[in-house]
Amino acid sequence: MSRPDLKPLSPHLQVYRLPLTAMLSIMHRFTGVILAFGTVPLTGVLVAAAADAAAYEQIRGLLATWWGQVALILWTGALYFHLCNGIRHLFWDAGFGFEVSVAFRTSLWTLAGTLTLTALTWFAAFWIRGMPA
Amino acid sequence: MSLRTPLSQARGLGSARDGTGHWWAQRLTSVFLVPLVLWGAFSVAMLADLSHAGLVAWLQSPVVSVLLIALLIVVFWHMELGLRIIIEDYVHLAWLKVATILLVDFAVLLLAVAGVAAVVGIAFRQL
Repeated sequence: MSRPDLKPLSPHLQVYRLPLTAMLSIMHRFTGVILAFGTVPLTGVLVAAAADAAAYEQIRGLLATWWGQVALILWTGALYFHLCNGIRHLFWDAGFGFEVSVAFRTSLWTLAGTLTLTALTWFAAFWIRGMPA
Repeated sequence: MSLRTPLSQARGLGSARDGTGHWWAQRLTSVFLVPLVLWGAFSVAMLADLSHAGLVAWLQSPVVSVLLIALLIVVFWHMELGLRIIIEDYVHLAWLKVATILLVDFAVLLLAVAGVAAVVGIAFRQL
């Protein structure tokens, strides 16, 4: 380039602070991929339960460890995020919620819904089946 | 009278007349998944520590097996639609894109069949 280019550049991912709405948009894809990978072990649990009781008990032992429980909690968190943000998408598809202020507020609702549903699910689960050892 | 240019007509490419099919299927499966996923996620949390006999007994309830098979079919359908869009967005090399989609679709098919077969197998097993 022969002279410094002072024209404004379009926002680039590396120098642009993403607004909350954009971060949620990326998170929707990211959680979708995480959930897709998660279907492999979950299908594995079903197949093991159908085919081999000993294999099922082994998987159950892995899931009962503290990191197994953490992985499950994170996975349900990803699931609830994708669910809440998916419902937000359905409202957009119906033509509602495009104003910037509304989209920002529904971002916060999505995050609040994710945390609430995840917490409720696991409090209820631990309440009913007892805390893991 | 066609509004397409002669070159465009000669190439024969254009709308495949199913532009909204993928979009609509993604929405349809989303709506079905709202109640199914709420039930499924809570069940996973509840069952995470269940014995083999306990899980089999739960799966042998007709309501559970019907809901679970429905959940599996819709989940894997929705998942295929989503993964395909991501591949189409980020993989630009034509042969690699097609190969990735074929591979992912085949994996999704195997997972779906394995999951449904397992639930059916347990549902019809004699205790």
